Amino acid sequence: MSVQTKPPAVTGRGGAGGKGGKSGESGEGRVLNVFSHGVLVIWGLLVTMPLLWAVVSSFKDDGEIFGSPWGLPSALHFDNWARAWDKANMGQYFFNSLVVVGGSLIGTMLLGSMAAYVLARFDFPGNRFIYFLFVGGMGFPIILALVPLFFVMKNMALLDTYHGLILVYIAYSLPFTVFFLSGFFRTLPSSVAEAALIDGASHTRTFFQVMLPMAKPGLISVGIFNFLGQWNQYLLPTVLNVGDPDKKVLTQGLVALAVSQGYKGDWSGLFAGLTIAMLPVLGAYIIFQRQVVAGLTAGALK
Amino acid sequence: MQHGKYRFIAGFLVLPLAIYAIFVISPFVQAIYYSFTDWTGLSSDMRMVGFDNYTRLFKDSVFWASVGNSVTLLLLLPVVTLSLGLFFAFMLNVGGRRRKKAVIGGVRGSGTYKILYFFPQVLSIPIVALLFQFAYNPESGALNAFFNAIGLGGVQPDWLGDPQLALWCIMGAMIWANVGFYVVLFSAGMSSIPKDFYEAALLDGANRFNTFFRITLPLLWDTVQTGWIYMGILALDVSAFAFVQIMSVGPGGPDYSTEVLPLYVYQKTFRDGQAGYATSIGVSLLIVTLIFSAIVMRLGRRERLEF
Repeated sequence: MSVQTKPPAVTGRGGAGGKGGKSGESGEGRVLNVFSHGVLVIWGLLVTMPLLWAVVSSFKDDGEIFGSPWGLPSALHFDNWARAWDKANMGQYFFNSLVVVGGSLIGTMLLGSMAAYVLARFDFPGNRFIYFLFVGGMGFPIILALVPLFFVMKNMALLDTYHGLILVYIAYSLPFTVFFLSGFFRTLPSSVAEAALIDGASHTRTFFQVMLPMAKPGLISVGIFNFLGQWNQYLLPTVLNVGDPDKKVLTQGLVALAVSQGYKGDWSGLFAGLTIAMLPVLGAYIIFQRQVVAGLTAGALK
Repeated sequence: MQHGKYRFIAGFLVLPLAIYAIFVISPFVQAIYYSFTDWTGLSSDMRMVGFDNYTRLFKDSVFWASVGNSVTLLLLLPVVTLSLGLFFAFMLNVGGRRRKKAVIGGVRGSGTYKILYFFPQVLSIPIVALLFQFAYNPESGALNAFFNAIGLGGVQPDWLGDPQLALWCIMGAMIWANVGFYVVLFSAGMSSIPKDFYEAALLDGANRFNTFFRITLPLLWDTVQTGWIYMGILALDVSAFAFVQIMSVGPGGPDYSTEVLPLYVYQKTFRDGQAGYATSIGVSLLIVTLIFSAIVMRLGRRERLEF
């Protein structure tokens, strides 16, 4: 990772005062700058060191992990990665996560925007009631619902299935999605939709061909929020997805891996598994960081 | 315009509502009902027992330990996380030295800092929890190795194995995982505060300390409050469950020093087969959540500043 190159260059500048010092910035400012840079660099290190440590450890053998936790690996043990991917099933878990999150993300976006659109732009009896029913779901502790949910799923034969998990992910993503998107749809101008209707488009067609494209920025924000939330979901699969070891999603699989490798003493395999789970998300974040940050903060600033 | 309107509305709402009602609403309602029964969760027979589960709560020392730990998390986690987030965000956006024209500005490289700080937010909780579990490991962990390296080899805490330390260690991981999000969130809020406010303050000779408490914080109050509630719910529910379940020994140990309410609900249901009792613990968790939200709303209610 290229992150290491940054901090030294930054600290050097604090006291040296390359271009500052002119605009009435007194001694207080200078001291504070050294101080603030120091604090910022320390937190930067605190954030990156554990991640780097995990990546470096994934290339070591077990002896090195125990013998010199902070040292560099003597040779690059790529076999750790291969072992984690094949033997410890990380490949399968990755695939499971892709299937479940892919399905639930599409479902959440489609159903969420449909419900939000109707609730935001149409007057009908019960509108407010349904809206608050959805939005109320944001504040309740999920753990309370889990016990009965387990049995609801069991009776419908949905435990340990992809589609069961997909449905539950959708259901628990709806409150925020509906809340956010109905706020968004309300801000869109109604003249465009009316024009489409006058031109003879049906309500459904207006929604899919006019309103949905106009809502794209909001959809992207919610999409990112839901993707991260569903990809990183741990509580729901831990309870609802326990029967079949091959159906585990990545987060669950990782914890299972930690438990089993802990018994076997295969620490290097474990670090490799951790790195396999970590790097793709970090990579995707670095590429799309603008959108990710905008998406998540838009959600919370609302 | 009116033609087919209701059919359209019904068509668009029926599927989302059905899924939501089956998987979210109905479990919540059932949970409240089950909390008055002696249901084991294993078979379908159950008996109404009135408030027995709730009176049993009062005598359950593990329940009270987990209430204590959950409330500790609830009180400390938002304070520490949001303060750090505010502090860093201020440094990055306002705290920098003034350059030529700009009245205020962040320190150099603030964009890079924001990207770095956000890293933990995109990682899943198990990744963060496992990472910290390894770092805390007394024999091979990075922390004790670090103590060795700087000559503090005598200080080798047992971290997660020490009942006095375990909860703090877990809290450390939770703070680490969440600060970055608030740095970015507050940065976004701060960048929308008009620059002339700062200009005026500077003309009046305000230093950074005053600028922060007189301008930035009051104008950011709504965002801080949202963050507070969000963080509080994390501390009570999903996040606390996952961190404690993965990181602590037992889980919940040593000696119930890290037991939290959501984990106790889970254990009572799926380990001890006392689903009825477990849901009554869940209901008390719901009550704590509601009290917390009400207090934050009430405390946060102040004049809204328009700008």
